[in-house]
Amino acid sequence: MSTTEIDRQWTTRLRRRVAGKLPPDKLLPDTQPTYVSSWIYVFGVTTMAALTVVIATGCLLALRGPQWWHGSSVGHFVNSLHLWSVEIFFFAMVIHLWGKYFMAAWRGGRALTWMTGVVTFLTSIAAAFTGYLCQTNFDSQWISTQAKDGINATGAGAFWNVLNMGQMLMWHIVLLPIAAVALTVLHVLLVRVKGVVPPFEERPKVSS
Amino acid sequence: MKTKSFRPDVDAPDWKGGHSPYDIVKEGVIALVVVSLLTVLLAVVFGSPDEPALTIKGWSNSDPMDFAATALSELNGTSGTAQYGAPYNKAATGQQLGPLTLAKWVGARIPINTVTDFIIDPLKSVTDQPILTSDLGEWAMASTSTRSQWVSAYTKAANHMTIVNGQLVVPTANDGPVPLMMSDLLQMARLGALDQALVTQKGFYTTDFTLPLLFLADGTYMSNIAQKQHLTGDQWGMMNETGNYPGQAWLWLYTFWYQVAPFNSSGNGDVLVWGLMMLLSAGLAFTPFIPGLRSIPRLTRVYRLIWREHYRDMQ
Repeated sequence: MSTTEIDRQWTTRLRRRVAGKLPPDKLLPDTQPTYVSSWIYVFGVTTMAALTVVIATGCLLALRGPQWWHGSSVGHFVNSLHLWSVEIFFFAMVIHLWGKYFMAAWRGGRALTWMTGVVTFLTSIAAAFTGYLCQTNFDSQWISTQAKDGINATGAGAFWNVLNMGQMLMWHIVLLPIAAVALTVLHVLLVRVKGVVPPFEERPKVSS
Repeated sequence: MKTKSFRPDVDAPDWKGGHSPYDIVKEGVIALVVVSLLTVLLAVVFGSPDEPALTIKGWSNSDPMDFAATALSELNGTSGTAQYGAPYNKAATGQQLGPLTLAKWVGARIPINTVTDFIIDPLKSVTDQPILTSDLGEWAMASTSTRSQWVSAYTKAANHMTIVNGQLVVPTANDGPVPLMMSDLLQMARLGALDQALVTQKGFYTTDFTLPLLFLADGTYMSNIAQKQHLTGDQWGMMNETGNYPGQAWLWLYTFWYQVAPFNSSGNGDVLVWGLMMLLSAGLAFTPFIPGLRSIPRLTRVYRLIWREHYRDMQ
């Protein structure tokens, strides 16, 4: 096999592209710009840590099925862990979002990073909402019967039936978590590729 | 090479300052440990709510009059579900977003006939009741106009409906098999058989609770309980959950619109709120490209709090 042939391989091209965009010292940096010095930066990693706990506790709930936690004190405690990790997740994520807004973190070619963050936020809201729908208790009954009117009014209720517990459970434990994690990974990779946005400066110039 | 003007809300200068040590792995591990401990602490201290699900059996025993009135509304077509429109039926146009009738366009893709699905089919599942079987046969053989006359007569007589010793008592009228059907439906509900009949119409295995939930929602039993739990729409609705828990606080903006005009009084309130939230969500996602919105961070100078050490060092 010639060198030219190897150079033309999709695998070779992909490896070179990835290595060029995201070399190891960018993916796992050991230094950071000195301006990255504020408590607000803690909330990004806190969000990811909370997401990890949310998924771990959700997996524990999945071990015994969606109704286990009603009749087991251990199950109820795991449900409590799942609930509070979700609350921490959203608390951290919202502060992270507002912090990034006031940094205008989309500057310098980081618009896609911002947009993936917003879409992750919206996807997470849908994931949490479906969780409330498949608790199989009064909250599920009330929230689903109230929510149906809003979703039906858009036409989406014909395909995404919030009264169908089985459908909502599958969205909650499979589709939406996959989407949320994939978006989070993409978001973090974009942060590593572009770096953390620098502070505002007065009258700088850029060239093209 | 030409130089273009610097756009402070779009462009960012290259960082030419210093760097400091940063252990990203250590930071992640510490965050995970802290969040895990905080989660355990909150779970131990506060737990989580678990109000048992309502059943039609519980409803029909606790408030048989409300159940009977709701069942009658399913029969005579005056219930919320019977008059809903898409995706359940074609009884109404549904909500409109300006000229757009989105739900109607999609159509009745989850077809529900309240007479068949809530009354007749469940009663058909009852066995060893020859009188009921005979009455259901009479109903099936009757013309549409005859059925309407029976239901109208029964509806009129039901103004004086009472429950005596758990039995539905309605003054005599020219209403054919309807009194026995409704009486047997109440007995079926009180024994718990209707809960099962509503979820097993498509077979043994089921995860779809559309029918019993719509039936429950058509009555006032569930909404009265929700009212006591501060869960109704004018009480910031579904962002709350039972008990003193934060619920879905992140839905505050969505729920907020339901508290104010014109959304809280419009017949199209739901679709208006959804339309507005879609617009706001798109605005948030496309903030980097929206002049004015993307300038707020620079103009408010909140960033000086975030990067105060950097600006102090610059001075």
